Amino acid sequence: MSSWFQTFSKVSAYLLGILWVLPLLYAFWAAFHPPEFATKFSLTAPLTLENFESAWDQAPFFRYMLNTIVITSLILASQLFLCTLAGYALAREKFAGRGFAFALVLTQLMVMPEVLIVENYRTLAGLDLIDTYLGVGLPYLASAFGIFLLRQTFKTVPQELEDAARVEGLSGLGIIWKVFVPLAFPTYLAFSLVSVSYHWNNFLWPLVVTNTEASRPLTVGMAIFGAPESGVDWSVISAGTLIAIGPLLILFLIFQRRFIQSFMHAGIK
Amino acid sequence: MLNRFNLKAWLLLLPALSFLIAFTHWPTLKSIWRSFTWARSDVAPSQFVGFENYQLLLEDPVFWKVFENNFWYAVGTVPTSIALAIMMALWVNSKIRGTSLLRLAFFTPTILPMITVANIWLFFYSPQIGLFNQLLALVGIEGPNWLGDPDLALSSLMVMTVWKEAGFFMIFYLAALQTLSPELYAAAKLEGASAWRIFRKITFPLLMPTTLFVLINAILNAFKLVDHLFILTKGGPNNESNLLLYYIYETAFSFLDSYYAATLTVVMLATLAVIALVQMLLLDRKIHYR
Repeated sequence: MSSWFQTFSKVSAYLLGILWVLPLLYAFWAAFHPPEFATKFSLTAPLTLENFESAWDQAPFFRYMLNTIVITSLILASQLFLCTLAGYALAREKFAGRGFAFALVLTQLMVMPEVLIVENYRTLAGLDLIDTYLGVGLPYLASAFGIFLLRQTFKTVPQELEDAARVEGLSGLGIIWKVFVPLAFPTYLAFSLVSVSYHWNNFLWPLVVTNTEASRPLTVGMAIFGAPESGVDWSVISAGTLIAIGPLLILFLIFQRRFIQSFMHAGIK
Repeated sequence: MLNRFNLKAWLLLLPALSFLIAFTHWPTLKSIWRSFTWARSDVAPSQFVGFENYQLLLEDPVFWKVFENNFWYAVGTVPTSIALAIMMALWVNSKIRGTSLLRLAFFTPTILPMITVANIWLFFYSPQIGLFNQLLALVGIEGPNWLGDPDLALSSLMVMTVWKEAGFFMIFYLAALQTLSPELYAAAKLEGASAWRIFRKITFPLLMPTTLFVLINAILNAFKLVDHLFILTKGGPNNESNLLLYYIYETAFSFLDSYYAATLTVVMLATLAVIALVQMLLLDRKIHYR
């Protein structure tokens, strides 16, 4: 009975696993075979790289990728800096209004900027930042999630360490930089991976604020490229998809363990 | 000490806080204000109209349709994703062979952009040549038009959403499972408890805090994640698969009615606030239990 159940459970686990990678496997199949095999599965289908060539020719992937990289880095750099300062203040400073400030931060965990696209678009138009890198990044330059994670981590640093650093003659920012930042390294890594995969994949807001190739990230580019109206066939779309997800996927496969641990780390807090 | 104005603390907080306020709290207030105003065009001055936009909303069949859709969408995706996530976590945490490959397989959809995977799913769902219908044809069934059939479009979106999210929620369960004490299980084994009984009496109750956390996040996602609609159905056919946030987008950027879009945004914010409130009440209960 028990062993029958175990076998059943094991088989279901593997079946579900295969089901879960099927879309990706299909993308690989279609991308590396000629278009006539996109909907036909045959072991004798010849391999080809032509789909990648035509995808590359039909959409400015290089530019899209550059845009995504610039936007994601801009957001991450700003988040790491601003969240460190805010997280430190909320964790280690005593002051009137701290509870209120923390409540303001927590509200943003619930109401992400994408819900407010209408008003945020108006703000961006008012600032004349439509279709710019800064415009895509602006609503995300500070992250409530990042502040929250760093606050939790900074709270666990022993007071003696901070006092000792003060005796050594370190000042406010020096203490943050030399004592708190190194100690919170796992949190920084976890937050960075979560943030990068979020913003690499973000779509709705960039769709709203970008108009041209100048600032359009990969996700928005892919939506235009893959739209049925564009008349591109499955094989080329699959090739384009692989180009778009390639860098993140490779990074993920190499640092798989770190990635998953980081998501776990960020999730427990 | 606590009442003193702490300049240093506020200076540290100010940059981050001003961004959060500028793009979350301030636009929230502006949305509420705008939902009570109206203007003939974007250049005309807006005037206060009281609850007229809300009147319009109550009489708008599309609004009720998308709200109802969003409700069913949450009902359809949230419990399924959670149940699958628990199963995945138990498998990955067990001693069967190839757990790291399994974990990789389950987690991969999480890091892929919704937009690009939607392109692949579009092929799976397409009427004649699509993978699902080809498989059905093998056993002699003529497959439906998954995304074009009013009765199936929303369900088809749900299937893809579950696929995308379950692995993400698995991570939280995996983290929780690793904190459970092995002695507990050794004792249960000694008593001769069956696998199902162990799960029902030990594992599931101990995972309750995680389930609550995941539950809230899953419900929030059901309202916030609409990327796949842009590729798969565009809310169609005839709004049968339309969701609230996508309707807000359409209203603001296709129909160019930012006043009505603001009204819809307020409804969305109110919904999120209710979910947040429920979460606080539930989490409070949990703390009492401890």
